[in-house]
Amino acid sequence: MSDSPAVAHAATHHEHPPYQRHHFETAAQQFDATNFAMWIFLLTEIMFFGGLFTAYLIFRNWYYPAFVQGSHQLNIWWGTANTGVLITSSFTMAMGVWCSETRRKNGLVLCLILTFILGLGFLGIKTIEYSEKIEKHHVPGFHYSVKSFVDPASDPEIYKEYHDKPLAPDMAQKTQIYFFLYFAMTGMHALHMIIGIAILGFMIFRARAGAYTNGHVTYVENFGLYWHFVDIIWIFLFPLLYLISRHQ
Amino acid sequence: MSSTIVALPDQSTARIPKVNFITKENGLLSWLLTGDHKRIAILYMISITFFFFIGGAMAGLIRLELLTPQSDLMAADTYNKVFTMHGVIMVFLFLVPSVPATIGNFLIPLMVGAKDLALPKINLLSWYLYVAGGILVIYTMAAGGVDTGWTFTTPLSTHYLNTNVMSTAMAIFIAGFSSIFTGLNFIVTIHKMRAPGMTWFRLPLFVWSHYAASILMILGTPVLAISIVLVALERTAGIGVFDPTKGGDPILFQHLFWFYSHPAVYIMILPGMGVISEVISTFSRKRVFGYTAVAFSSVAIAVFGFFVWEHHMFIMGVSNYSTLVFSLLTMLVAVPSAIKIFNWTFTLYQGSITFETPMLYAFGFMGLFTIGGLTGVFLGATGTDIHFTETYFIVAHFHFVMVGGMLMAFLSGIHFWWPKMTGRMYPEKISQLAALITFIGFNFTFFPQFILGMLGMPRRYAAYPPEFQVLNVFSTAGASILGVGYLLPILYLTWSLKYGEIAGNNPWQATGLEWQIQSPPLTENFPEIPIMDHEAYDYEWLERQQQKEVSSVG
Repeated sequence: MSDSPAVAHAATHHEHPPYQRHHFETAAQQFDATNFAMWIFLLTEIMFFGGLFTAYLIFRNWYYPAFVQGSHQLNIWWGTANTGVLITSSFTMAMGVWCSETRRKNGLVLCLILTFILGLGFLGIKTIEYSEKIEKHHVPGFHYSVKSFVDPASDPEIYKEYHDKPLAPDMAQKTQIYFFLYFAMTGMHALHMIIGIAILGFMIFRARAGAYTNGHVTYVENFGLYWHFVDIIWIFLFPLLYLISRHQ
Repeated sequence: MSSTIVALPDQSTARIPKVNFITKENGLLSWLLTGDHKRIAILYMISITFFFFIGGAMAGLIRLELLTPQSDLMAADTYNKVFTMHGVIMVFLFLVPSVPATIGNFLIPLMVGAKDLALPKINLLSWYLYVAGGILVIYTMAAGGVDTGWTFTTPLSTHYLNTNVMSTAMAIFIAGFSSIFTGLNFIVTIHKMRAPGMTWFRLPLFVWSHYAASILMILGTPVLAISIVLVALERTAGIGVFDPTKGGDPILFQHLFWFYSHPAVYIMILPGMGVISEVISTFSRKRVFGYTAVAFSSVAIAVFGFFVWEHHMFIMGVSNYSTLVFSLLTMLVAVPSAIKIFNWTFTLYQGSITFETPMLYAFGFMGLFTIGGLTGVFLGATGTDIHFTETYFIVAHFHFVMVGGMLMAFLSGIHFWWPKMTGRMYPEKISQLAALITFIGFNFTFFPQFILGMLGMPRRYAAYPPEFQVLNVFSTAGASILGVGYLLPILYLTWSLKYGEIAGNNPWQATGLEWQIQSPPLTENFPEIPIMDHEAYDYEWLERQQQKEVSSVG
């Protein structure tokens, strides 16, 4: 990038690029500071999810059988598909950042649109999964039913695959905790996705007008960090929620 | 007190600089949409003072009710609401933002030699979040209050109360993000915006202590946020995570809550310690003794502070073994705190001490914080803790740290930097009197509470056995003196905005970068970014600088 004529010109005249805020000495300092701020923000996000992961750790140790059978209720294929969708979206986002750095406007718009669509796809699949839970009364606090756990045979689709033994009524009650954590963690994750998709929509709009491909990549780069972070949260959620003792 | 270091310009010719951050732009919108850290600091100062007086009025009501053994001024339910609102307002809307969001916001860019905080818009957003949280708290009061205590302990808050838990929870959630953004901004600024030559070990200790407090803000507050979300979900949807009948665990809430709320007391006290370092150095004309030790003790407090939370739960049925570990860790936090106190004392040793108001408050801080801190060790020891938990001993302990420590530090800082913020001096004599009144009133109010707690008077009850009345009358009488001590600064500081003497750039002859520029500062702080060519608290450098000016003018 350093051999680009525009940059060389700016450097010789000590002019500030138009996107540089007044209180920064150089554009590099501005990029450095906002980038660092994004990392710190992601750190607070880790602590935010950390509370839920702590609860998960404790309750999974206490109520392991309930967690196993709760996990068997999740559709592993949808989960795997969603993991694929999300990782692909991270790839398109990373390509978007690259396009922004190398000033490819059309490439950037395309990447952002692909990321946008993949994000929506993830939420679509999540909706299918959630509606399954609602049909089976597996939403804690809303007419929760333990039928699938005290009498697994009443749920033939799951039963033929896992042959779960009936849980004692008190342990069956604990599946509520599993499903609460499932909804809280994936819900909080989905909320982050929704916020991300909203910002993506805004960015597509701006990118078409030529923003982000004029050398000012901070916004795209920082959003990319956020998007990858949300992706990584899912990478942890998927095994913790879907893959508990699939062979038991 | 004949000697003083105050050096004011000739009052007959001195003027407040025509162009400064206050006069640069006019109109309400220029304040409400500002990105200037100094203006945001002023906005914060006005709003936290407002909430301080609401919280203070609640404290007055509590003390009035406790004047007599019966619950006669208000019903027990009302009393519960009053002390809850007192706690919520004072902790989340006053103590947490007090020094960082006002004095810190104003000074950190000046001290590191930057034109603004790294993220001015986020800074403004943080103030708006604070105001939104504040409005929700006021709504809660208008709608009938809340009586969970400021700790929201489950299952009381989730299953047994019909008061406005949700709006209070939302208020704290929102105000929490305001604190996260302040901390984030400070960390980024201190890392990335330092002027050339401003190395980490040339930073004023005020900046170090804010850095440590910011670490706690960004790592602790999100955990508070998620635990509050869980309480809200438990209340609205009955999700069961804190409900034992569904397999949940109410103690989990306390672990999550205190994981934030214990570090939160260090969020409150660390910035105050930063103020004390600056004031002690300036008014004894010496570099802070053991600069590096004081700097790292702030960071040590921040790190240890995260591993002591269980001492709030020793009687809640946690395991004996973990109690032992947490007891030990709690006592370890006393070490860095003591390092600070000893180093300040050594700074005073053979210094040229003068007794201006900020210094009086700083002395108040050192004495009262030491008592507050040492009684904290009583509470960290598992044996005595069982006796003292939920008694007035706890109330006295944390008021010694928070009011005796933090509020003294806040007032010390406000007086110390008032000339920098406004360009005018406060009236010295009456403010020294106010500092004295505050100190006397404080001890009258809270020292009897240690004895009450020893005798076994429980906290959070509107009524108490008649034999405790004498000490309670002492405490209430002290509170009225304390009230006068807090009203006075409001009056004379407001007065000084118009009639105070012109302060000039450096009335205290202090060494910090903020004192080398005009008061009040320009919007962009420094006409040119300064180059730091000397150590922090280098009074000889300052002297040479002044001689140079005299000779060049002559």
